Formats: sequence, structure tokens, C-alpha cells
Amino acid sequence: MSPPAAALLDVALLDVAAGALLLTAVLVVWRRDLPAVLQIFTAHGVALGALVGVLAWAQRSVELALVAIGVLLVRGMLLPWLLRRALASVGPARRELRPVINVAASLLAVAGLVLLAFAVSVPLVELDGSPATHAMPVAIAVVLIGLMVLVTRRHAISQLVGFLLVDNGITAAGFLATTGIGLVVEVGVALDVLLVVLVLHVLAGRIRTMFGEVDLGELHELRDR
Amino acid sequence: MSALGIAGGVLQAIVVVVGAPLLQGLMRQVRARLEGRVGPGIGQPWRDLRKLLRKQSIVPRGTTEIFRIAPVLLVAMTLVVVVVAPLVTTASAVPPIADLFVVVALLAHATVVIALAALDGGTAFGGMGASREVTILALVEPTALVAIFALSVPTGSTSLPTIVGTALDDPQRLLSPTSLLAAVALATVIVAETGRLPVDNPATHLELTMIHEAMVLEYAGPDLALVELGSAMRLSVYLGLFTSLFLPWGMATTATPLALAVGVLALVAKVAVLGVVMAAAEVFLAKLRLFRVPELLAGSFLLALLAVTTAYLLG
Repeated sequence: MSPPAAALLDVALLDVAAGALLLTAVLVVWRRDLPAVLQIFTAHGVALGALVGVLAWAQRSVELALVAIGVLLVRGMLLPWLLRRALASVGPARRELRPVINVAASLLAVAGLVLLAFAVSVPLVELDGSPATHAMPVAIAVVLIGLMVLVTRRHAISQLVGFLLVDNGITAAGFLATTGIGLVVEVGVALDVLLVVLVLHVLAGRIRTMFGEVDLGELHELRDR
Repeated sequence: MSALGIAGGVLQAIVVVVGAPLLQGLMRQVRARLEGRVGPGIGQPWRDLRKLLRKQSIVPRGTTEIFRIAPVLLVAMTLVVVVVAPLVTTASAVPPIADLFVVVALLAHATVVIALAALDGGTAFGGMGASREVTILALVEPTALVAIFALSVPTGSTSLPTIVGTALDDPQRLLSPTSLLAAVALATVIVAETGRLPVDNPATHLELTMIHEAMVLEYAGPDLALVELGSAMRLSVYLGLFTSLFLPWGMATTATPLALAVGVLALVAKVAVLGVVMAAAEVFLAKLRLFRVPELLAGSFLLALLAVTTAYLLG
């Protein structure tokens, strides 16, 4: 018995949204230019919103559709806007000049991480044959890529992007694994993330006024004066 | 060997040989207009070729046979790909050669031949150009293979007509993360292999930056005409393969005159649109530093690799 055409289209759209999520995460690692990274991050948020939107459409769930709009607004517009403001306030350094490992090596590392994510999520995928579960490894891969950006980049804004990638990945995994974790929980998480970004925004500004730059690699020595 | 394949092979050879310089002219014209110049018109590459063909053949002293046969080999190898690859029709004139590995190998071989000819000239620029071109080629080739291989995973065959035919039967397959990632990877490959911005600047003759132009500096007259025609054909073939793999709509599946005419028109229209988009994008791009090119190609290889893994995982 073959599934109806509408369901096939849902699966295709879900796969495309998941693919866009992975593609944008990889592009974040690829680019050094911070304004371009922020644009790609915006696309990442939009892809996440689209992913939740497709899930809402597939399940015909109004609550999930509202969550999708919320995700799109917060992760596709509000957070990137805050990041752009943060970037404007941290001064003229617009490039990731000296990542801890160079870009070509980190791209290879990303390849390894994605394969790792796909390998470890085999048992998860086998639990349930639904298309959403099949896309789970992509979400886990995004979490790992975010973690890698977090530990290998030196610019404060890049690290912030890495943190938000991790969070986007966790959100995507949540939506793909469950049929939605409830409006209240999602709003709570979104507010938490927003707060973190605001705090880190202020912190980055303070670091800049204290040290004149936001290269966090320089902050390995703490001194009491 | 089917009637459809033979009709396709003949038509493709005519369309690509006639159309390739016109495509180049179209792209230059688009660029010129966007930069505020009048532009020479899309027929200019053909006028250049006619002028070059009428000139006397000059060969630098001290060069060997390699230098003389390289332009012919370049055009011949590209022509083989043009005849066998599914561009106008979904069948191939010589199906065993229309294999993914053979086609990519033929296209790479053409580059190698020109690099050898550049070394044969014994000039500093030729050596530099050959060294750069081979560096890029070594990074591009795995990406091209892996990206097309990702598309062949759902089909279970590395034969290009089978891949294209399956995609045409089941268009939904084109809307998958696999083809999304493979398309981005293959687009980068095309840019790098045909010497377009941001990898190489086709309009420059500045010694320090040129790659392809540096290799063919020693050529003149009819030989240069063949080299130019060969490069133009390579661009058309790559764009044509890209449309066949990712936008196969309109390709002829039967050998009726109507279907073939639609196939030719669809190919010309799709390749022209891709060329215009590429030329328009180039206006906004600066050339990448040579040492940054491996970074770009490592990225595209990664995307191709991800395309293969997602093909196994989601497919």
C-alpha cells in the first residue's frame, strides 16, 4: 500500500526543511565574515520555523501552528536582530580572524560530527518509522556543529551564534521526537534563550569597554586588581 | 543504442557547439549591461573565433606534439561528453560511456591535457597556471564524483540516463535534502571547473591572479580558437548536466520530432537562464584569494559528503 500523495509531499517538505537546517549550520562554519554568518543564522531560524510549520500542517494541529509562528518570530527575526545589534556594538572587528582550528579543518571536523550524529542516532530512528524520526539525526548533528562553533571560535558573537545553534538543534530534536512539547514549555524556553542572549549582549559590550576587543581567546587569565 | 539516444546525441552536438560561444557571449553581455557598459553583443565570441580561425597557425619554438594536439583533444573529449550525456533526451547515444565516472573522468582529462600543454610551453606563466589548475582540479574532482554519486544512490545505478530518467519519473525526489546539498556542491564544482568568479576571473589577464588564461597564453590563431571553443563547450556541458540532474523538465523521452524540439528548446532556455543568473551573480563577487580556494572546495566536498549520507539515511 502506497501512502497518499499529500502525505508524500509532507515528507518531502519535512526533509527539505531538515536539509536546509543542516545546510545553514554547515554554512555558519564555512563563512568567516560575521554579518554573512548572521544572515545564514537568520535562514537557519527560518528553516527551523518552517520545520515546525510542516509538522503542524502534517498533524493539522493549531497549537503547533501557533508555536511555529512563535519560533519563526523569535528565532528567525528577534534573535538575529539582537545579534546584529550586538555585532554593531562590539566594534569594528567584523571577521572571525583566528579560529582555534582553521576553517578547512573545522569543515572536515563537521563532516566527522555529522557522521557521528547519524551513527549514534541509529537506535533512535529504529524506535519509530515515522518521517519525523528519520530526520532526528539532522537535529543532533546541528547540536554537535553548534557545540563545535562554541569551542573553536574566539569572537564573542561567533560563540553566541554557536550557542544559539545548539539551542536550535535541541528545539528541532524536541519537535521531531515528540509531537510538540506544549505551548507553555516552548514559550518558557524561548524566553530563557532570549534572556541569555540579552545578558551575553551586555556582557560582550562590557568586555569591549574593558579590553577594547571581544576576542575571548585573550581572556584566559583572570586577575584581581 | 536507441533511436532516441542517437537523435539526442546528434542534436546535442549541434546545439552545444553552436550554442556554447553564444552562451559565453550572453553571459558577457549581461555582465556588461549590469556594469553600465554597452557590451559587444552575444555574437562576439563567434566573431572572435572566425577571426582566429583565419589567422596563420603559430607554434612556439621548442614545444612538442603535446602542445599541438592538446586543443584538439580538449574539444574532442568535451564533444564525446556532449554526445553521450543526457542533455536533450533522457537516453544516451552510447549508454556504456554515459556513466557518471566516465563523464567526470573525460571532463577532468580535458583539463589535464591543457595543463600538460601549458607545461610543454616551458614559460613561467604556463607552469604557474598549470600548477594552480591542477591544485583546483584535485580538490574539485572528488566533490563532483561524490555529489553525483549522492544522486545515484536512490537509483542504484551510476548511469546518467538512468539517474535522469528516474528523476523525471518521480519529480518529488528532486525536492529532498540530498539533491539540495548535492546541488550546492555541484554548483561550486561548476564555478571552480569552468574558471568563473570567485575562483578564477575569466576576464582578467593580470599575471598574478589568472589560472586558466595563464595556461593558454602561448596559443595563437586556430589553436587558440579551438581552446576557446573547448572552454565555452565545457561551461555549456557543465550547466547542461546540472539542468539534467536537478531540473530535468522538458527533456525528450520519445523520439518524436515534437518531443525533440521541446527538449532542445528546454535545454537552451534552462542553460541560458542559469548562465544569466551566474553572470549576474558574478557582478557582485570579488575573486577569492588563491589560498582561500581550498577552503571553498573543502566546504563543497563536505556538502557532497553530507548529500551521500542523507541519501542513505532519509532516502
